[in-house]
Amino acid sequence: MDQRNFEYMFYGLAAAWTILCLYTLLLTSRGRKIQVEIEHLKRMLDSKGNRP
Amino acid sequence: MRDKLIYGAGIFAALYFVRNLYVILLQLPDEAMQGAVYRIFFFHLPPYFAAVACFLGAAFASGLYLKTKLWKYDVFAVSATEVGLALASINLVTGMIWGRQQWGIWWTWDARLTSALITWLIYLGYLMLREGIKDPSERAKNSAVLSIFSFAAVYFTYKANEWYRTQHPGPVLTIRTGKNTIDPAMQAMLFHNLIAFLLLAIVLVAVRMKLEDSQRAVESLRRRAHAIA
Repeated sequence: MDQRNFEYMFYGLAAAWTILCLYTLLLTSRGRKIQVEIEHLKRMLDSKGNRP
Repeated sequence: MRDKLIYGAGIFAALYFVRNLYVILLQLPDEAMQGAVYRIFFFHLPPYFAAVACFLGAAFASGLYLKTKLWKYDVFAVSATEVGLALASINLVTGMIWGRQQWGIWWTWDARLTSALITWLIYLGYLMLREGIKDPSERAKNSAVLSIFSFAAVYFTYKANEWYRTQHPGPVLTIRTGKNTIDPAMQAMLFHNLIAFLLLAIVLVAVRMKLEDSQRAVESLRRRAHAIA
């Protein structure tokens, strides 16, 4: 491969993969938060439903 | 079953990207003037077309939502828009890096770049609008209308470098120019990476739709909790 401007090619590819990885991590983190909140709300509703 | 399909498609997309990277870095012919930096192109144009597909899908789903009022279309529209915005970000950033090396500047206010940035801002505005409206039906209705009108900006960006003399390079694909303006191996690689990005977009939209469904479950549980309290 022609090595001229290799540095900028590297920056470009790194930027593309960084954006993709960040977005995937964002989705994963949001999923975890939602799951925690669902568990919390379910527990809260169960405890309220069982209250005499 | 649906989860297995999503994971399977994700793994296939990842393997496809590995294969494409191998070809892009080690097998494709060199470009005479630019050196290695021209290879950014394979991570500039395909994400743009994948983003266009997402925005088109979102506009179509928004139209269906307005017609049928079915939630699934709103869920698809917001998911496709968010994924499209991430892909459009890749397009903008890789273009800026290429421009810095080739033009000596990160940015210029020419028609193509400006319209791409305005499109990106419009879709960012779409997501912010959704955050600002609490009532789910109002949110879905208003954002559906915005999504449909926003697609005009996508079309304008697509046609901008045909309509205006811009600093941005003109169209290169044979299907647009009708001529062989690009090496056939490079053109084939563009389509291979477009398929990989489209596959990735489908996987991300499917994952984002699952999140949106869970978010709606949270909202429903919250309403129940308030009603009991």
